[in-house]
Amino acid sequence: SVNGEWRSSKVSTGTTIIAVTYDGGVVIGSDSRASMGGEYVSSRVINKVVQVHDKIFCCMAGSLADAQAVTNAVIHQLSFHSMQMGEPPLVQSAASIMRSFCYNHRDELSAGFIVAGWDSKRGPQVFQVSLGGMVLEQEFTIAGSGSTYIYGYVDAKFKPGMTREECLTFTTNALSLAMDRDNVSGGVVHLAIVTEKEAEKQLIPGNKLPVIQSLE
Amino acid sequence: MAATAAALQFSAQVSSLNNYNDLYPDWTQREVSTGTTIMAVEFDGGVVMGADSRTTTGAYIANRVTDKLTPIHDRIFCCRSGSAADTQAIADAVTYQLGFHSIELDEAPLVQTAASLFRDMCYRYREELMAGIIVAGWDQRRGGQVYTVPVGGMLTRQPVSVGGSGSSYIYGYVDSNYRPGMNKEECLKFTAGALTLAMERDGSSGGVVRMAIITEKGVERRVILGNQLPQFSTV
Repeated sequence: SVNGEWRSSKVSTGTTIIAVTYDGGVVIGSDSRASMGGEYVSSRVINKVVQVHDKIFCCMAGSLADAQAVTNAVIHQLSFHSMQMGEPPLVQSAASIMRSFCYNHRDELSAGFIVAGWDSKRGPQVFQVSLGGMVLEQEFTIAGSGSTYIYGYVDAKFKPGMTREECLTFTTNALSLAMDRDNVSGGVVHLAIVTEKEAEKQLIPGNKLPVIQSLE
Repeated sequence: MAATAAALQFSAQVSSLNNYNDLYPDWTQREVSTGTTIMAVEFDGGVVMGADSRTTTGAYIANRVTDKLTPIHDRIFCCRSGSAADTQAIADAVTYQLGFHSIELDEAPLVQTAASLFRDMCYRYREELMAGIIVAGWDQRRGGQVYTVPVGGMLTRQPVSVGGSGSSYIYGYVDSNYRPGMNKEECLKFTAGALTLAMERDGSSGGVVRMAIITEKGVERRVILGNQLPQFSTV
């Protein structure tokens, strides 16, 4: 309707984001929907997987404004840090910078993140930086509103040390399932695959997503 | 005992500004709830129903071996989630109504009839109730059927239905693992797996897995104890 409640709500990335380590790299993925008030889809193609450095990516969840502000600040600080050190930054450094923003401004911000990538010291890593500023390193992690629906699936299906293909299938399936059940997740799937050699970006349009067995 | 509880309640209300009041335990201020995970699956020849076994009053587990699968008639059961008091009261009322109806008809009642009775009550009293119910069973006319009556009083038939607070976590698992035309053994494995995953993630679900298999022949009850649950180790 013309006077819908969404007009007075903020843009949020009700979302599904995921990052999974495999043998030799990490796959990072997200959906592409930005919604307002749970009613109106303000963008159906936004990319929530943001590159903060050559081999480090971060995924945004929560209030889009807050997430973008924090991410831009991290990109700035990380590039400065990297120049000072004269070498590519550690994934843990990126997560640490992210965390200090989230923690110091915890009362004003409403955004959660996944920081993932590859560095020469510890290889592929995934960190979850949640709402209040906690950092947790995990082999894989899911976040965002849509993630509740796929906890069972990822708990059952994840194996450490998967191949690149297995990992891509696992990630796309998990995102598809969440996008099917969560009304504020949807659109296309954005992926980033980071290994020692390169950081590759992929986009899987809606009609190419795996069709999971339907109930009806 | 009741007087003490009443006195505690009154004092708790007076200091209601402080929700976390160290003087009085959490459970004195909370309603009993079957925050839960429940599930039912149709197969050719019957249904498999499953539930966890945890009943909570706030942070206290009032009953760790609850049976949330309640018989309504010889071959019709229901899974209860939400307020324990509400669902028990509704189930008792429907059991009476269905028993009476069956005697009048002089034949076994339809699963759809039982589900309809649940729906009528849940819809009529929707403002006062907090109940999510899955009705499942076997009848002569349509074989194994699963009907879901969520909070609010909708009624719909589904080949698979999950409910309760823990169900959110297993939608992905259920969507990807269910196939039409599974046999009884596959349904049992599917149900046990789904409930285990939900119990692992949901704080209000846990304990053992109770199951009921309803076919033309009758009802078979099973229990899977905590140490016998399927392992989904990601450690």
